[in-house]
Amino acid sequence: MGMGKDLVAASATPLVLAILAEGDNYGYAIIKRVAELSRGHLQWTDGMLYPVLHRLEHQGLVAAKWSASENGRRRRYYRITKDGRAELAAQRQQWQTVDSALRGIWMKVCKA
Amino acid sequence: MTAFNDRPIEEHIAQWRTYVSHRKPLHGSDVEELEGHLRDELRTLAEGGLTADEAFLVAVKRLGNLDALSREFARAHSERLWKQLVMASDAEQPAKPGRTEFLVALILAAAAALAIKVPALFGHPISPNEGPPLFYARNASLFVFPLLAIYFLWKGGSKVINGLWLSLPFVAGAVFANVFPFLKGSDTEKLTALHLPIALWMAVGFAYIRGRWSAESGRMNFVRFSGELAIYYVLIALGGIVVTLFTFMMFGAIDMNPDWFVAGWLIPCGATGAVIIGSWLVEAKQSVIENMAPVLTKLFTPLFTLLLLVFLATMAWTRNPINVKREVLIGFDLLLAVVVGLVLYAASARDPQAPPDAFDGLQLLLVASAFVVDAVALWAIAARISEFGFTPNRVAALGENLILLVNLVWTAWLYARFLRHRSSFAILERWQIAYLPVYSVWAALVVVTFPPIFGYR
Repeated sequence: MGMGKDLVAASATPLVLAILAEGDNYGYAIIKRVAELSRGHLQWTDGMLYPVLHRLEHQGLVAAKWSASENGRRRRYYRITKDGRAELAAQRQQWQTVDSALRGIWMKVCKA
Repeated sequence: MTAFNDRPIEEHIAQWRTYVSHRKPLHGSDVEELEGHLRDELRTLAEGGLTADEAFLVAVKRLGNLDALSREFARAHSERLWKQLVMASDAEQPAKPGRTEFLVALILAAAAALAIKVPALFGHPISPNEGPPLFYARNASLFVFPLLAIYFLWKGGSKVINGLWLSLPFVAGAVFANVFPFLKGSDTEKLTALHLPIALWMAVGFAYIRGRWSAESGRMNFVRFSGELAIYYVLIALGGIVVTLFTFMMFGAIDMNPDWFVAGWLIPCGATGAVIIGSWLVEAKQSVIENMAPVLTKLFTPLFTLLLLVFLATMAWTRNPINVKREVLIGFDLLLAVVVGLVLYAASARDPQAPPDAFDGLQLLLVASAFVVDAVALWAIAARISEFGFTPNRVAALGENLILLVNLVWTAWLYARFLRHRSSFAILERWQIAYLPVYSVWAALVVVTFPPIFGYR
C-alpha cells in the first residue's frame, strides 16, 4: 500500500510526539516503532525523521540530550515537553475529527 | 561494540561521513546522529543475514537522498541559513545579481547623502561654527530609513503597492517630528530626536522581512542584521574620522580652512550614506562578519558582567545614591539596552540546539546583575518623581526602565529554567523576538504623545 507523501508528512508530528509520550527515545528506535505501529505500511525515508525531530525541538515541543548508548557511542535522546504534550492533545483531536468524518462516509460508500 | 569487526565497513562509514560532512546544512552533531542511525541499521541488517556490503547499500539507501535530506535540514534550521544561504537556489525570488545590487545601494546612498542637503536650501543651514540645529537631530532617521526600506523592498522584489503601505509610518514620523511647536531648548524635542529612530526602525524591519512580521526566523535575521550593521557602521565611521583628520591636515598645510566642507558636506553626507552602504555590506558579505559578532558578544559579556557587579558592590559599599540627571538617566537606559542587546545577540549567534554551557551561566549572571542595577535606577527615578514631580525625561526614562525590567526578569527566569534543563533555548529566543515590537511601540508613544502632554517643554 503506497501512502501519499503529504499524508506521511502530516502524520509525522503526531506519531513522533505520541511515541515520545510513551517514553524518551532516539531516532532509530522511533523509526522502528513507527514501522511496528503501522505494520510496515508507513515507510519513511529514514533520514527525514531527523529534520522533523530538530524542527520539533526548535518549536519547543521536544527536548534533546546527548547521552551514552549501550554500544558506547553517543546517542541523541529525545523527550517530549509540556508544550509537546499539549500539541499532541490538540493534534489528536484534529485527527479524530478527520477520522470520524471519514468513518461516517466510508460506511455509506461501502454499503452502496 | 563500538566498531564493526569488518574493516571495509568501517572504511565505508568513514567515506560516507566525509562525503556527508561536506553538506553545509549538516553540522557535525547532525552527521554524528545520522551515523549512529546508520550503524544501528547496519547491525540490524547484518543480524538479518545480509553481508556487510549489502547491508551498507541498503542502509544508505534507506537514509534517503542526500540532496533532499540536506534541504530538509536547512529548512529545520533556518537560522543556519544566515551562514550558508543554501536555500538561495530554490527560494521563491531569484537572487539579484551582485553588481546590480551594488549599483542600487550606491544610488540609494547618494540619494540619502543628497537628501540630507535638501533642507539647507529651505533655511536649515549647517554652519561649521555652531552645532547642527535640532531640526537635523529630529529628522535624522527620515533622511535614511525610507531609502533603506526601499533598498530592502527592491531586494525582496516587492510590489510598489506594498511599498506605499510602508511609506505611512515614515510620513507619520515626518509629521510628528515637525508639526509640534517645540519651545526653545525643549526636552520633548530631544526625546523626539532620540525616540523617532527606534520607532521607525520597526518600519525598516517590516521592509527587511517583506511584511511577514510574524515569521520568527525573519525577525531574528533582522536582529542579526541590525547588530552587524552597527558593527559595520562603526568601522566605516572610524575610516571617516581618518579621512576627516587628513582633510584638515592637508588643506591646513596650504592655508585653506576646510571647515565648511567637513561640517557641511563630509560628515552629514558620509553619515547618511554610510547607513545604506553598511547595509549593503552586511547583506553582501554576510559570512565575513558572521564570525565577528559572536566573538564580540563573547568578549563583552564577561566585561559588562564584571562592570555591573563592581558597580553594585561599590554602590553598596559607599551607599552613594544615583544622581538623577538627564544624562545619567539616558546613560543607564543605554547601559541596560546594551545588556539586552548582548543577550539578544548571544541568542541570535547561538545554536539553539546546543546544551547549556558556562557561557549561558555567565549570561544569566549578566541579566541578573543588570536587573538589580535597573531596579536601583528605577527606584531613584521614582523617588525623584515623587519628590519633584513629572518631567518628560523622567517619565520617558521610567517607561524605558520598566520595559527593560520586564524583559530582564522574564529573560532571567527563562535562562534559569534553560540552565536547569527545564526548558529549551528556543523558548528564550522566541521571548526576545516577541518582545522587540514593544520597544518601537513605546518609542512611537513618546514621539506622538509626550510633546502635547508636557506642553512642548
